Amino acid sequence: MSEEKRRPTPEEKAQAAAEARAKAEALRKLREQEEQGAEAAPPAQEEAQAQAADSQEEVAPVAKPVSEMTPEEKAAAKKAAAAEAIAKAKAAKEAKESAQQGDGASSAEGADAEAKAKAAAAAKAKAAAAAAAKAKAEREAGGSPADGGDDDAKAKAAAAAKAKAAAAAAAKAKAAQATGDGAEAAETPKAPSKNQPYLDKYVLRITEKFGKEVLEASYINELAKEVPTLVIQNERWHEIAQFLKEDGQLAFEYLSDLHGVDYEDRMEVYYHLYSYKNRQSLAVKVKTSREQSSVPSVMDVWNGANWNERETFDLLGIHFPGHKDLRRILLPDDWVGYPLRKDYVQYDEEV
Amino acid sequence: MNQNILTTSVDTSSENGIRTEEMLLNVGPQHPSTHGVFRLVVKIDGETIKEAIPVMGYLHRGTEKLAENLNYTQIIPYTDRMDYVSAMTNNYVLCHAVETMMGLEIPERAQFLRLIAMELNRVASHLVWWGTYLLDIGAMGPFLYAFRDREMILDLFNELCGARMTFNYMRIGGVKWDAPPGWVDKAKEFVQYMKKELNNYHQLVSGNEIFISRIKGIGKFDTSTALDYSLSGVMLRATGVKWDLRKDEPYCIYDRFDFDVPTATEGDCMARYQVRMAEIEQSLRILEQALEQFPSEGEVIGKVPRVIRPPAGETYVRIESPRGEIGCYIASQGKDKPWRLKFRRPSFTNLQILPTLLQGESLANMIVILGSIDIVLGEVDC
Repeated sequence: MSEEKRRPTPEEKAQAAAEARAKAEALRKLREQEEQGAEAAPPAQEEAQAQAADSQEEVAPVAKPVSEMTPEEKAAAKKAAAAEAIAKAKAAKEAKESAQQGDGASSAEGADAEAKAKAAAAAKAKAAAAAAAKAKAEREAGGSPADGGDDDAKAKAAAAAKAKAAAAAAAKAKAAQATGDGAEAAETPKAPSKNQPYLDKYVLRITEKFGKEVLEASYINELAKEVPTLVIQNERWHEIAQFLKEDGQLAFEYLSDLHGVDYEDRMEVYYHLYSYKNRQSLAVKVKTSREQSSVPSVMDVWNGANWNERETFDLLGIHFPGHKDLRRILLPDDWVGYPLRKDYVQYDEEV
Repeated sequence: MNQNILTTSVDTSSENGIRTEEMLLNVGPQHPSTHGVFRLVVKIDGETIKEAIPVMGYLHRGTEKLAENLNYTQIIPYTDRMDYVSAMTNNYVLCHAVETMMGLEIPERAQFLRLIAMELNRVASHLVWWGTYLLDIGAMGPFLYAFRDREMILDLFNELCGARMTFNYMRIGGVKWDAPPGWVDKAKEFVQYMKKELNNYHQLVSGNEIFISRIKGIGKFDTSTALDYSLSGVMLRATGVKWDLRKDEPYCIYDRFDFDVPTATEGDCMARYQVRMAEIEQSLRILEQALEQFPSEGEVIGKVPRVIRPPAGETYVRIESPRGEIGCYIASQGKDKPWRLKFRRPSFTNLQILPTLLQGESLANMIVILGSIDIVLGEVDC
């Protein structure tokens, strides 16, 4: 897309990008019109086009006088352009999705099940494979990415067991996954984890001091070497962090890792703490919304959180109120957008 | 990038009438002693550093973003390029994370190969550090010796996996290639050779008066500061904390071998030097035992599903890299690609203490302190 590769000043970058985008937009419009001529476009596409046209109008005044703008205006223009890019991507996605809906079950899950079904068919009769695919789809629907909690894991395990029974004929094709899930299902009701007493202790200490409502969930994470995991209320996180570090019984004086995860419906910040005194690990998760994501900074509790919070802000756009110097760390200061967000659209087309 | 991070002041009203001025000095991004592209903006008043601000990201390739569109086996070569001085541990931490999630069994022979590769790599990494650190300080000779001996390790790796630095050797469930015939004997030979060489290193440098007076008492911090700044590895052990994940949270088969965790109490550059040198010795000790017990036959990769799909959920594992604690977090949604992958990079975290250490230091000590942290920029920027 990049025609000009001269000096990469921000103004030129912005202008070049805007021009390129306008051109691409025009091309796309042309193509869409052609398509419309060939066959009746689905309504979603029309909508997308309308939206795209809207955003093009928006961008037109931005593209021209960019060299005369003040820095604030430039920043605003950049933001607008980024927002527009996201809107465009969304519209495109919607159009695509609605087009796909016509085909029936061609979603990712369907494709997955199809692949599985194919594998089964090689070994077994086609009827059995179809049953397996159905069961698999059911199972996946049951274990859809909703909550990272214990209940979810249990529900998933149960669904997996059901699917296993239904798809006994196709067991061979699914052996790999089934054993993984099966083992997990078998373990859960068996012996409680060796870390369960520690988890109980942490929960007790925290609820004694702060009340029950500060803990949104607490469980043993079987997948992470059975680390006790707490999900803590966003608003109270800072004081609890202080408590976790300073309480004589907990003494989590070491912050091993801090990072964020974008789950599309929410953001989560994950902390891995360690107590050298008690030789115990603890994982903490704090949830926040995607639109106004903010999690209290714990930089004054553990100094090691400083750069990690900056990195999380840089790549995911999570704000950490209380941080003394929250600015980008890996990307340039004038970067637009947060790359690790799932809906990130690259703004600068020259990169 | 960061135009307004520092401001300087001019003082014309000093008592003796001499005009003093603070100065901004850019160290890097292209500076031989940063061993990569790393920039330090230092505000100096004469020879004294008032403030130092690290600027990084020049090597940021977005590994974590790229990984979200790759399947797990495809991510392994990307880990080689993070800490390119010690790629084996990076390979391992990713595989270990996935294996932990899936509960995979690793065959005995593969465990040995992994451990031997990681320990050889630890020796190689510490040799690079030793050579370049002395080069930074002003001693040319040690660099040549260190790189001569490191080359032997790289040759061993070359025979093992066909690459000198970016190995791509480990796989989920084991390793890609078995050791070629005669390789174990060569490795044994190297260990004996290296033991002798290590004595020579100590003879050449460790007791040198000039060297000791150069690094003793410089860049000092205590245990609570180290913990507060999330320091790990040698940076932590040099303040007296006996903590090594190989020993304290054993992974691979480290619990089968005898070795010590060297520590020092001073927490200065000298202490870090001593701990690293002692670690080479301990690694050679582990290698000696592992090569002796190396199983004569067996599989090098376990039974692994053709498509690797860790169950939905998240994991965080950490292991001991030559630079400290390297961690890997995976959030999986049961697909063949990670939903989110995050590496806890020891170089990045250890570097955080640099501005604090440099404050009030003499400019001449800057490189001595930076070198003693032992960073790899590929890992800092990820």
